[in-house]
Amino acid sequence: MKNTIRAALAAAALLVPAVVQAQNLRIGLREDPDILDPTLSRTYVGRIVYMALCDKLFDINERLEPVPQLATGFRWENPTTLIVTLRPNVRFHDGEAMDAEAVRYSINRHLTMQGSFRRSEISEVDRVEVVDPLTVRFVLKTPSASFISALTDRAGMIVSPRAAEAAGRDFGARPVCAGPFRFVERVAQERIVVERFPEYWDAANIHFNRVTYLPIPDNTVRLANLQSGAVEFVERMEPDDMTTISRNRNLRAVAVDELGYQSLAINVGNGERANTPLGRDPRVRQALELAIDRAAINQVVYEGMYTPTRQPFPPANPFHVRAFAPTERNVDRARALLREAGVTTPFPVELTVPNNPDLRQVGEVIQAMAAEAGFQITLRAMEFASSLQAATRGEFQTYLVGWSGRVDPDGNIYTFTRTGGGQNDGRYSNPEVDRLLDAARVELDVDERKELYAQALRLAFGQDIGRIYLWHRKNIMAHTARLSGYRPISDGMIRLQGMRLQ
Amino acid sequence: MGIWLLRRVGQIVPTLLILSFLIFGLQQLMPGDPAIILAGEERGDPAVLAQIRAELGLDRPVWQQYLIWIGKVLTGDFGFSWRIRVPVSELILTKLPVTFQLATMAFIIAILIGVPLGIVSAIRKDTPADWAANGTALFGISTPNFWLGIMMILLFSVELGWLPPSGYVPFFEDPVQSLATTIMPAFVLGTNVAGVLMRHTRAAMLTALSQDYVRTARAKGLAERVVVWKHALRNALIPVVTLGAIEFGRLLAGAVLTEQIFTIPGFGKLIVDAVFNRDYPVVQGVVMATALIFVLLSLLTDMLYMAINPRLRQA
Repeated sequence: MKNTIRAALAAAALLVPAVVQAQNLRIGLREDPDILDPTLSRTYVGRIVYMALCDKLFDINERLEPVPQLATGFRWENPTTLIVTLRPNVRFHDGEAMDAEAVRYSINRHLTMQGSFRRSEISEVDRVEVVDPLTVRFVLKTPSASFISALTDRAGMIVSPRAAEAAGRDFGARPVCAGPFRFVERVAQERIVVERFPEYWDAANIHFNRVTYLPIPDNTVRLANLQSGAVEFVERMEPDDMTTISRNRNLRAVAVDELGYQSLAINVGNGERANTPLGRDPRVRQALELAIDRAAINQVVYEGMYTPTRQPFPPANPFHVRAFAPTERNVDRARALLREAGVTTPFPVELTVPNNPDLRQVGEVIQAMAAEAGFQITLRAMEFASSLQAATRGEFQTYLVGWSGRVDPDGNIYTFTRTGGGQNDGRYSNPEVDRLLDAARVELDVDERKELYAQALRLAFGQDIGRIYLWHRKNIMAHTARLSGYRPISDGMIRLQGMRLQ
Repeated sequence: MGIWLLRRVGQIVPTLLILSFLIFGLQQLMPGDPAIILAGEERGDPAVLAQIRAELGLDRPVWQQYLIWIGKVLTGDFGFSWRIRVPVSELILTKLPVTFQLATMAFIIAILIGVPLGIVSAIRKDTPADWAANGTALFGISTPNFWLGIMMILLFSVELGWLPPSGYVPFFEDPVQSLATTIMPAFVLGTNVAGVLMRHTRAAMLTALSQDYVRTARAKGLAERVVVWKHALRNALIPVVTLGAIEFGRLLAGAVLTEQIFTIPGFGKLIVDAVFNRDYPVVQGVVMATALIFVLLSLLTDMLYMAINPRLRQA
């Protein structure tokens, strides 16, 4: 009898660690994600949820290099043929095998599905071939230096072909992938719940039973949720929250450099509004740049937390050009340039600002600084959706606009700077810059490619001033001190592998 | 009575039709192209934009878009959200109980605070009790909801840790948690309405108390309690009921700021998010649903009048 009790107690003791392991994590998101279908989704915040649901062929590490995830490795057979080997014994949440056929299906789905937002990210793919169950061959139309990094994001997410076929366009209501957690439920604007997938290939690194994503848009309230223990992790806080967080012994804040930038887009060729000395004469634009003190804006509005810049590539990016440093403020030189250009001061310029408190404040600081150099800036605060439309139509002179950033440098510059580029709202155009950007796209040698970008930066932003880059933001993440194992990576994603609660 | 009711119900259809026309037209005036918003960071690709427009029928003339939409609405199909691809009717049905619960709680709080305060300040006109009641009402009306909300969160959730700071738990899932998540927003909304109710109750009571029938009642030697409760209050309540119905309708239409602060997934948050994302089907659906609620509420108010004032029953 005594032995039975002892055995029972021993068994109970063995069960304790399992109970401790059964942890739940709650994450406060800044926005509510859109549809959860890797082919159809568009939002940044949605990608944070995919970190739980959908593994990709490759992930990125702290140095933004591709590392194997569902793939085990890759090699280029020739500049347009890529061989990717796959991880054996990987299962989707519905029990189906993740194999070469599934990869071929998913990539083709990205390429052909109506409404796909992945098509433009991997448009260089000509076809995908199954070599054997664990080997895929990607045949590209042209060499592509950015192709692997496309596979580290949504375009590299592999969905269960059976589930995708069955659900069709409603797949996003119940996504089935091969990530560490499987979908449980979603209540729009309220929560997204996922639970541990026991057959995950890397299950030993997963220490939560359930993860709940709660969209809490208001910054103060998101922080209050963390402070009161209603969530364990919050993302994208503001620089002035740092003091509150660091004063609290139970909380930790992590500031990670972002992949993108904030900039001043200038209309140099999009319709009537470009037809001013600012749009026609690079000297006037240079004067505007010299009038702005990036470090001071950063101090005044962002507590000095951000990184002033003159280029689209943040310091965390291997393609950051260190020699292309931000210009110093020089009011005398700015005034001289305006005189040289023959404009009469005060010279009127309109600055379109998305209607957020911090960006409006930035606009006011720029207004005051530029006034000293002879610019008379009028601020036009617009709701974000309207400002984007105005920019596309050329209804702006200068526009304070940011970009969330991509791992590959091409994603931060090409569409904004090349002639005819989709987000080149100011219609900047320089054939030599176009040649350099096109060459960099297909240059597989990293050092050669770096040099091409360095030349393009000097021409487009050192000489022509087609756009004035201002700073790189930081993703400010905060979590309870009980949480460990969060890996800060510039893409701002929350990777659940290795994270645990004490 | 029967004919009256039939006529009132008959008025609902043209009202809603005119409204559907207005909301569709106003939306066209809103700057910001939905295709550009939906394209997100792919907005630079004309092929993507064209594809979105074709898929959602945005490439058709506006009158065609309207006819297609209203035709479907008449069959009960409100379309689906462009952003998350969920049927609009489903969104409305999931948000309605949330907003209804919040509105009801807020309304009860408002009545419990506003009406007694109004009565007291009318009976004790120009005494410290009256001044205190007026001060409370002024505070309720003039305190911005978002400020009061954040202060309450900081006090009751962060400092004291008594209540969850935000979120929502459905009532039938866990009544206690549900009340815990909604009491703060309900209070914030309730104090606001309470202030309005208090001022109107006070004014109506003062008018009623100065009427001849009240003097007659007093002259008859009736107890002051009976005079106040039976004679004055009953008559004073009619304008208060009208106002109450309007305020309740406003609460049901969604409390945008309060829902945003407390992350309550109700009507207000639904429509604001939809407007910013240019999710037209959701905007149209929610406005139509809200309008229907308003129309039904005003019908209910008229019926309530009859219950309170027998004279109206003959009309």
